Amino acid sequence: MDLLQIGVVLALVVILAIPMAKYLTNVYSLEITKQDSMFGKIERVIFKLSGIDTNDMRWQQYAKALLLSNLVMFIISYIIIRFQGVLPGNPSKIDSMEPLLAFNTAASFLTNTNLQHYSGESGLSYLSQMAVIIFLMFTTPATGLSLCMAFFRGLTNQRSIGNFYVDLIRSITRVLLPLSILIGLVLVSQGVPQTLNPTAIANTLEGATQNIARGPVAALESIKHIGTNGGGFFGVNSAHPFENPNGFTNVLEILSMFLIPAALPLTFGYMARNKKQGWILFSAMGLMLLVFLSITFINEKNGNPALEKIGLSQENGSMEGKEVRFGIAQSALFTSVTTAATTGSVNNMHDTLTPLGGMAPLAMMMLNCVFGGDGVGTVNILMYSVMAVFLAGLMVGRTPEFLGKKIEGKEMKLIAIAILLHPLIILVPSAIALATQLGSSAISNPGFHGISQVVYEFTSSAANNGSGFEGLGDNTPFWNISTGLVMLFGRYFSMIAMIAVAGSLLAKKRVPETNGTFKTDNSTFLVILLATVLIIGALTFFPVIALGPVAEWLTIR
Amino acid sequence: MLKNIRTVFVLLFICGIAYPLLMTMLAQVILPVKAEGSLIKNESGEIIGSEMIGQSFKDPGYFHGRISSINYDAAGSGTPNYSPSNKEMIERTLNDIEEFSNENPTVDKADVPSDLMTNSASGLDPNVSPQGAIVQVPRIANERGLSEKSLYNLVDEYTESRSFGLFGEPRINVLKLNIALDELE
Repeated sequence: MDLLQIGVVLALVVILAIPMAKYLTNVYSLEITKQDSMFGKIERVIFKLSGIDTNDMRWQQYAKALLLSNLVMFIISYIIIRFQGVLPGNPSKIDSMEPLLAFNTAASFLTNTNLQHYSGESGLSYLSQMAVIIFLMFTTPATGLSLCMAFFRGLTNQRSIGNFYVDLIRSITRVLLPLSILIGLVLVSQGVPQTLNPTAIANTLEGATQNIARGPVAALESIKHIGTNGGGFFGVNSAHPFENPNGFTNVLEILSMFLIPAALPLTFGYMARNKKQGWILFSAMGLMLLVFLSITFINEKNGNPALEKIGLSQENGSMEGKEVRFGIAQSALFTSVTTAATTGSVNNMHDTLTPLGGMAPLAMMMLNCVFGGDGVGTVNILMYSVMAVFLAGLMVGRTPEFLGKKIEGKEMKLIAIAILLHPLIILVPSAIALATQLGSSAISNPGFHGISQVVYEFTSSAANNGSGFEGLGDNTPFWNISTGLVMLFGRYFSMIAMIAVAGSLLAKKRVPETNGTFKTDNSTFLVILLATVLIIGALTFFPVIALGPVAEWLTIR
Repeated sequence: MLKNIRTVFVLLFICGIAYPLLMTMLAQVILPVKAEGSLIKNESGEIIGSEMIGQSFKDPGYFHGRISSINYDAAGSGTPNYSPSNKEMIERTLNDIEEFSNENPTVDKADVPSDLMTNSASGLDPNVSPQGAIVQVPRIANERGLSEKSLYNLVDEYTESRSFGLFGEPRINVLKLNIALDELE
């Protein structure tokens, strides 16, 4: 039954990706499409109210628009949470957030990370939950999708790089908003609350009083997953029965977070007029997912040897930190998908995963290109594709080309920097944290697991994932500042580099395909691509994986 | 810059204000009970809990739920986030197994399912596995003076299947089972 339910969910991911990919291709088309008659009217009102013109941009204008609009979002969000205590929409009398925590929270939600150093139930007012958290949960995946489309257009030789504001607003009106309303209502039908009434007070069967926190959960829950955001309404995120009440909602949430990331490589195929290219990218990511999912599933299913030794049956797997309604199959699946899609919501506690079971999600965030978050994940795998073409080109001594465009020094420098930045902003801060009292004092689980806790926190920040080994006591100035900066670097630096690559490729003439052209839409390329990703990833991260999860595994085995 | 500020405010209104309010309105009109948190009320209309949220049961005459480090305080949610190698967790589990054996002397330790002796992810897990309820039947039959057979039937009746017979795991809602147990007498 375990394998069957996992298989069905994965099959559904593939089946849904195909129509979604076609839909997305039309959403971001630079030509007029049928969708315009449906959404055009509303969008024109928004353009008018915002004072936007919809002409094509140069890449520098596109990058500037992306950065400035995100900067404004950051400032407004910071102000609201910094002063939520005196602003309206605060029936539960929640205090204003202190400056460093507010910086971390604003950075976290702005970068689609959703790392939470505050507790959901008590840290934010209703106004902040709505006007900051839900607002950013729409605009950040929309920003990611826009970037992705700019990059696609550059690689596939379109008319221009597009217009940032048009992409941003279409992402919301045509993709994120309709899906969120639909899925949100389905979630309510399964028992996810959507109310503005305060905490309910119950008299339990044994005569005690139970305060039951609730709120406008469903509205947040749907966009949290569709936008690969991940920040929960409640402290324990999608493990809370109000956020994820049963097996069906669990599958629905998994499908929601994979819908866009799984469709985008196929969208790329459509835009490049080469469907096979899209499927090759999809397969590369799919194969990596299968490997890591298997590692997590098998290890969790085998249970915790330390508890087996003291006589607790592990027949149903390692159940500490998991919910009965999900069991091992739905927990392992959720964990793998949420770290692959860099959503970062959790339906079980990742800190409590068995050592190797917890290593797999960590590894996926380190690679950062197994489907990935809305937009950015596909950009990352394309970055690796260009890298693979370059390496293959060097080996046979030809100028590398990707989809008919010559890859030269300028593009390679930008891509190499973007790829290397990711390990740099994980390993350097981890080393600082482990070497100093500032960081190491936050560790809650002694021994090798403590290393995993620290590395997981920075990896999750850099990959803009946001899940945590939650035992870490991370609401301190050191952690708020360091992870805040890592998140901002992790998101914006590579974004700008990629827009620059797109602009540079767009300006080049297409070279005609010859017999000697290195094909990128066949299985040979698939192997080279996987090898590139794994070699770069393994060389960079193997030492730290060995010190953390592997060492812990050896000690309790 | 001005157009960026205007764009952000327009989007803030659409996504951050209009959308959640629209969702609340729709949910309240179409599915009012579920939108309020699936609260269970007794005959006199007092709230006794939520279908979705677990409660603390200590009385030996009730079915017990899973371990909760927050004692099912639903104002928050949480778990101690122990690593699998954590000594405190192993210590706690040893104590819990011993306590269970004292309360249920007829039950073989090897038959106790792991979910009953472990902390859930939320600390509010409303469920136990069917086996988790079955091992408690002899104790409750003894405490309440009911036949074991009637209790096994009750457990069977309250076993919820997987969604669509496929997704998730079979389980028992402890609160609903205990309400039914009170009605049995």
